[in-house]
This record gives sequence, structure tokens and C-alpha cells, in this order.
Amino acid sequence: MSVTADDVRRIARLARIAEPEDRIDALTDELNGILTWIEQLNEVDVEGVDAMTTPVKFALPQREDEVTDGDCRDRVLANAPKSDEGFFVVPKSVE
Amino acid sequence: MSDLLKLSLDEVTTKLKAKEVSATELAKEALAACEAAQPALNAFTAFDGDKTLAMAAASDEKLAKGEGGLIEGAPIAIKDLFAVEGVSTSASSNILKGFKPTYESTVTSTLWDNGGVFLCKTSMDEFAMGSSNETANTGPVNNPWKGPNGEMLTPGGSSGGSAAAVAADLCFGATGTDTGGSIRQPAAFTGTVGVKATYGRTSRWGTIAFASSLDHPGPFAKTVKDSAILLQAMSGHDPKDSTSLPQDVPDFVAAVGQSVKGLKIGVPKEYRVDGMPEEIERAWQAGIEWLKAAGCEIVDITLPHTKYALPAYYIVAPAEASSNLARYDGMRYGVREEGEDLTAVYENTRAAGFGHEVQRRIMIGTYVLSAGYYDAYYLRAQKVRTRILQDFDEAFKTVDAILTPSAPSAAFAIGSKSDDPIAMYLNDVFTVTANLAGVPAMSVPAGSDKDGLPLGLQVITRALDEETMFKVGAALEDAAGFNAKPEKWW
Repeated sequence: MSVTADDVRRIARLARIAEPEDRIDALTDELNGILTWIEQLNEVDVEGVDAMTTPVKFALPQREDEVTDGDCRDRVLANAPKSDEGFFVVPKSVE
Repeated sequence: MSDLLKLSLDEVTTKLKAKEVSATELAKEALAACEAAQPALNAFTAFDGDKTLAMAAASDEKLAKGEGGLIEGAPIAIKDLFAVEGVSTSASSNILKGFKPTYESTVTSTLWDNGGVFLCKTSMDEFAMGSSNETANTGPVNNPWKGPNGEMLTPGGSSGGSAAAVAADLCFGATGTDTGGSIRQPAAFTGTVGVKATYGRTSRWGTIAFASSLDHPGPFAKTVKDSAILLQAMSGHDPKDSTSLPQDVPDFVAAVGQSVKGLKIGVPKEYRVDGMPEEIERAWQAGIEWLKAAGCEIVDITLPHTKYALPAYYIVAPAEASSNLARYDGMRYGVREEGEDLTAVYENTRAAGFGHEVQRRIMIGTYVLSAGYYDAYYLRAQKVRTRILQDFDEAFKTVDAILTPSAPSAAFAIGSKSDDPIAMYLNDVFTVTANLAGVPAMSVPAGSDKDGLPLGLQVITRALDEETMFKVGAALEDAAGFNAKPEKWW
């Protein structure tokens, strides 16, 4: 499978990365190089094989459903690009 | 400068306990050495001298009372992927420029609980994506080892700054993370010891995520014993990481120096790759002979899916990265680039904040997870991963440990592979299998090539059997007697 320049524009949009038009051709070549290389996986017989989800098997731990953290508004906001009055300030998203 | 910094962690903690040296004195000396080396090596991304000296003073108080932890008073360098409270933590990326965590990663807080003293943050490939430390937003790190004509070499990556700092005797140990080989390959390139334990042995909480099912925090050290001490001082169950193993930590240090007599060592034929320098093959053969002489039985084994490990990795890792890195949207932390609407803010922020390699991997990951391609790429890669794990399971029915080279070459020149992503990815051909299978693996310095550059051998063992890995690693270290050091030029 290979990707076209339009595919790359679509992937960039999905990934929310503004790729400048003059990068698209180079990116298309790079992605195709990598995708061609990973195609060798088609040689592997995976019939009846389960997908691996975790390397060491153990039951995922569960804990009581209770509040264990919080009350640290200022620490949460400490690295915000913009904040005001204890809130994150973000661009307008609803007209 | 005194020779204090040349001591091993084991030696210096003995001196600290005997009060022959103070933690404060040591911290001052290490800080000065790091700062002096920075213009030449470019291995560091942040210092906080006040924090370092305060932690050293606290160690001195404990030591004065005859108290203190496993590594009390020893200055440790921290890869820029670990959150250290109040200290710039940016994953060597512009998108996190200026980020100062208000919390501490579990691995670093465990190290501090054991007496470690924060020394500095170390440079890395951006978001740990690279094998040469060239994608760091602060520029490449120079390997303390230079090429035969004095050319600058990469220290490997992604944990290149940590590897360089240990190799140049600027600290007594360092943390790294290993997602496809990012501890073991730089360890091999710098003549240091690098360890990746069983997946889940060290907590991922507070380390900036790259590929969650493959990320393994671990140590760089000057000796195998030091690496066991450091792993001991960073391991343990962490309720904050759901994949952290609910297991007691064995006494890794006690395993170092134990006899390897009677152990069965597997030698996989698939690790002989095209174009591998003869010297790597020779180092591997030497390792086989050393272990034989130490009483091990050598067994030829096969790991038939080895060649598929890297391509599977380059689906799984970018897929997980594209998901993990979705959080960098310029809203809650990191930098924000303005735009005409919300989507444009996201897109501009991520275009400006991520470097090319990171963008490339996010896009590969986005593509393989996108509608219609998930089964063909991601699901298939996860099944191939099961095949790779089955290869190891099968081999470990007959052998106790596996011996391979750590990397397909010695350290290479800066710039020599940066234009060819796949050539760069092939650096991890021997290391990536252990990440996919989650089994412990370490790199031990095993000799030098014709240019005097260090070469590493890798020991892989069963999940949860780090002790056998340390036994075999120490036996190799003993036999190799590798004690060369780069000539000081920094």
C-alpha cells in the first residue's frame, strides 16, 4: 500500500499538524519508504495468533472508586500557556 | 579536579558511608564537572544547583547519623523524559519548552528515597524518537569517544546525554528509557552498562510517554554491579501505573558475582545480519568463549521472527505515540501557537512544536490506526509481536539466557545517518525484540573495535529473571576486562 500527496494532507489533518505545502512531497516519499519496508510483515503467518496486548500477563489491578487526588488547582494551572482567575484560557470553540 | 568522579557508584557510596567524602563535596565537584563539559559534550538540558546542594546536604545529615539509603549521597543524572519537580522537563522538544512539572516521577522519587542526589537533566532524541540524539531541540550530543580522525560521534540514542554523562565520569549513574533500544544501544556506543528490566518492573508514571506498551525506564552505570544497585533503587510496584508489576523486587545486587557454571546460553543465528562488521562478530565469539570458560553450556538457538521485529515496532510504536502525543494541543501546558480558529491553533502548535522525526512518526501512527487500515497494519503487527514472544518462550524452554551483540555497529559519526530514517531505525535491530516481548536485557561493554571504540554484548533473560541477566552480565564484564576510557578532551 502506498500513500499519495492527498493522503498525506489528510493524515496531517487527522494528526492536527499543519504541514506546509512544500513539505508534502518529501513527506509522501518518506512515508512510502517506511510503509514499503513494513510490508514485509505480510510474510508472517498470523493465522490463529492472538494480538499481543501486554508483555507480562497479570490481572489489571482495581482499586476502590474513591477520590485519591485533587485540590491542587494552582499546580494544575502552573504550566498553562494562558490562565486567568483559576481557569485555562483557550481559543473560542463555540460560536 | 580530584579523581573522585572516576569512582564507581559502589566505591563512592562506600566512601560516603565511611565519611571519607561528603555528599556536598561530591555534588559540588559533579556540578562543576558537568558545567565544564557542557560546551563540548552538549549532554545536559537543565541544572538546578540549589536543589542538588540541598539534597546533598540532606544526605550528609543522614550519613552523619549512620543512616541513609542504598545510594545515599550519589549524584545521579536524569534523562529529560522524567518529571523532576520544579526542574525543566521537556523531552528535548520545543513543544514542552519551559515545562516545569509540579510533581515527581515515580522512578526519580524512588531514587531520591534511596538517597540519590539530583544532578542534572540530560539531553535525548526528541520524545525518545531516535538512535543518535540528533533530534534533540538543543542539538546533538557529542560522544566522549571520538572517531579515529578526531571526528565527533553520536553517543547513540535516544538516551544519549545520560550515556555520555556516565562515560565521561560526570556522574555515578543516570536514568534512561528504552522503547526500542534507547538504553542499550547508547550504552554499547559509550562503553557503559545499560539495563532494561522486565516490562513493568520500573514504573512509567511521570515519565513522558512515547509508546506505553514498550517504554522501559532503566539505568546507565559504569559497572554491572552499579547497574544492579541502580535498578534496585528505581524498581518496585507503583499503584499509579496500572502496568507496574505487583511483585517484590529481588536482590539484584546479590546476583552480581554469582557463578554462571552450568547455565545454558543461547546463541541465536538470526542475529548475524548482512553488513555487520567483522569486529562485532568477533566480539560476540569472544563473549561465547568467555562464558564457555566460565562453565556455561552454549546452545545454538533460533528466534525465527527476529527480522520482523523492527517493522512490527515501526507500526506499534508510532501508533501508540500518535495517541500519547495527542495531548500536546497547546491548551494546558507547553507552547501555544495562535491561529484563526481552534483547529488552526492545534495544527500550528503541533507543527511548530514537534520536530520532523516526531511529526513523521505521529503521521505513520495516525495512518496505521485510521479507518480501514487498522487490521492490515496495527492488528497484524500486534500478532507478529505475539510470534516474537513465542520465539523467546520456545528458546527459554532450553536456555537460561541469550547472548547477542547489542548494536550492529560501533558509534557512528554525527550526520552520517540522519537523512535515511530506515538506516537509523536499523540501529535497534538487536535490541527491539526484547521490548516487544517485555523480557529483561542489558548491554555490557565487551571490547573495542580497530579504532578503539567500545562494543557491547547483550544478555537477554526470561521475564522476571533479571538475576540471571546480572549474573551473566557480570561474568562477561569480568572476562572482558574492558576498562578503556575516552581520552579527556571536554
